[in-house]
Amino acid sequence: MEKQRGNSGEAAWVRLSDGSKDNLCVPGQTSSYFEHDADIGIIGRGDTLEQAFETAAQAVFGIVTPLDKVQPQTSVKIEFEESDHELALVTWLNLLLGKARELGMVFSRFHVQRRENLWSTEALGEKWREVMERGVEVKGATLTMLSVKQTGAMWEARCIVDV
Amino acid sequence: MNLERLRQLQPCLWTLPRTLGEERGEVLLYGSAPLLVSMDDKVLEQIANVASLPGLVGAAMTMPDAHWGYGFPIGGIAAFDAEQGGVISAGGVGFDISCGIRCLRSNLDLEDAVEYFPQLGNALFRAIPAGVGEEGEIKLNPEQLDQVMHGGAHWAVQQGYGTAADLDYVEEQGRVAGAIPDNVSELAKKRQRGEMGTLGSGNHYLEVQVVDRIFDPAVALAFGLHEGQILISIHCGSRGLGHQIGTDYLVLLAKAASRLGIHLPDRELACAPVNSPEGQQYMGAMNAAINCALANRQILTHLARSVFTEVYPQAELETLFDVSHNTCKAETHQIDGESRLLYVHRKGATRAFGPGHPMLPERYRQVGQPVVIGGSMGTGSYILVGDSENPAFASSSHGAGRAMSRHQALARWKGRALVDELAQQGILIHTRSMRGVAEEAPGAYKDVDLVAEATEEAGLARRVAFLRPKVCVKG
Repeated sequence: MEKQRGNSGEAAWVRLSDGSKDNLCVPGQTSSYFEHDADIGIIGRGDTLEQAFETAAQAVFGIVTPLDKVQPQTSVKIEFEESDHELALVTWLNLLLGKARELGMVFSRFHVQRRENLWSTEALGEKWREVMERGVEVKGATLTMLSVKQTGAMWEARCIVDV
Repeated sequence: MNLERLRQLQPCLWTLPRTLGEERGEVLLYGSAPLLVSMDDKVLEQIANVASLPGLVGAAMTMPDAHWGYGFPIGGIAAFDAEQGGVISAGGVGFDISCGIRCLRSNLDLEDAVEYFPQLGNALFRAIPAGVGEEGEIKLNPEQLDQVMHGGAHWAVQQGYGTAADLDYVEEQGRVAGAIPDNVSELAKKRQRGEMGTLGSGNHYLEVQVVDRIFDPAVALAFGLHEGQILISIHCGSRGLGHQIGTDYLVLLAKAASRLGIHLPDRELACAPVNSPEGQQYMGAMNAAINCALANRQILTHLARSVFTEVYPQAELETLFDVSHNTCKAETHQIDGESRLLYVHRKGATRAFGPGHPMLPERYRQVGQPVVIGGSMGTGSYILVGDSENPAFASSSHGAGRAMSRHQALARWKGRALVDELAQQGILIHTRSMRGVAEEAPGAYKDVDLVAEATEEAGLARRVAFLRPKVCVKG
């Protein structure tokens, strides 16, 4: 039984990184990953800039643990100011990572609102539980291959994260 | 990597010629043709970017284990002169500031120890907090954390973690000067509160190894090594504190570079002149993280010792050496016969002082510094010795270097199957992350033998001993 559970978890993780350049992380979401030798490239896409940021965060925390097992029990609010969209992405992801480590939590749901340069965000998740599958720790979001852009009707946010 | 773009200078030394009108310093790549062919072209792009930074002295270089990183390539080295506008780069150090390897030699031989490896592995796994989400038992208040940032491994020894004898064999004798805890953010300090004495995740490990082969008996004797001997290697860094310092200063230095008119081909090269307020601020914070890493590996040494003496009452573990491979250090080097103070960035590269260097402990001063090339959990690691003729600011390879992405590794291997396969080979893996094991599959790394051979051929360091893994606690 235990082996079956392990296999099942592993298969789900392999599915989200099956070797193609871009593929889905969590069914129904538009997080994805791209190739990098030592670390991992993350992509968030959405109809709005804010949604792209939300799905980018799902891509980051999807490396840490399977998000469908994380209960959105506790809300953590983070506000910051940044005029540069690219630096805002990295700043936000790093604030999330820092807050998660400070509180011993993992986040699975994200909400982002922006009024000009002021970003008001919320992350929902819970403290680590023994039964949660351990993935890989993300040390930080980098400025490498960092881009936030709108293509047609879709926003896309991407960067390399250090693991 | 397409070798047609390179010019071969020696069997294991290549340069990237400048294109017409290209304004940058020299680029040198150390490694054999097969190793360079296996590298991504991004390595070339990244090291060429590094060579364009202000105040570069000599060449920007890559080691034989280089691979595509962020900002600098992993295995990248660059030295800057502060008096010539030289910079310090947060991207040239990375997030895991002072990540490194502590190597311990034991008085145990394989034939005595092997029977108890299963108990040893279980006990180490219980005692060493490893993997994402794991915290240590040590909880520090802000005052204690400031003491860690000033005191490094000395602080840990004062608290009863290890012995004063360890400190002689830790880089900088266990503590760097110039740490300024006030330059470290509150969030960085909060992130570290529960992370002292933890291993971390990704490619971090605590590995029990056996000396499988001696290449240089005289140096091995000086290092206290013999065939069949059990060693322990601990690979980890400055944990949450260093990660947050890297994070904080990346954006701060990127903005400083923009304000100061420093062109960054990749914003991850975020830097400021060493002598600028931002450069000095980062230096103080980075040194605080270095001390935190040295303290962390000292605590893990103590935990490993406790486990070993529980399983083998006669066990004694001495520190062979502790050296970091993600740092920027102020060092004096001879340039064209002149002594110059340089800020040497080593990102995924190990310092490798040769014989006679005044910073080496007396025991090693005649032969040179122990250098560790940490391999994958399935193949093995090398101990080498620094060479006085080292042409790369006394630097050497630090690991096998990835040959494929984590993405590709996940698609090819399954963690559970790998653990079983390695167990059949007599290598016991303990982990909380099967994903981590798959990403760190031995096949995802370059051939460590080729890396060690090329390191020696290039004159960076000479092989002393090859170590085979026996028990591995994976982060």
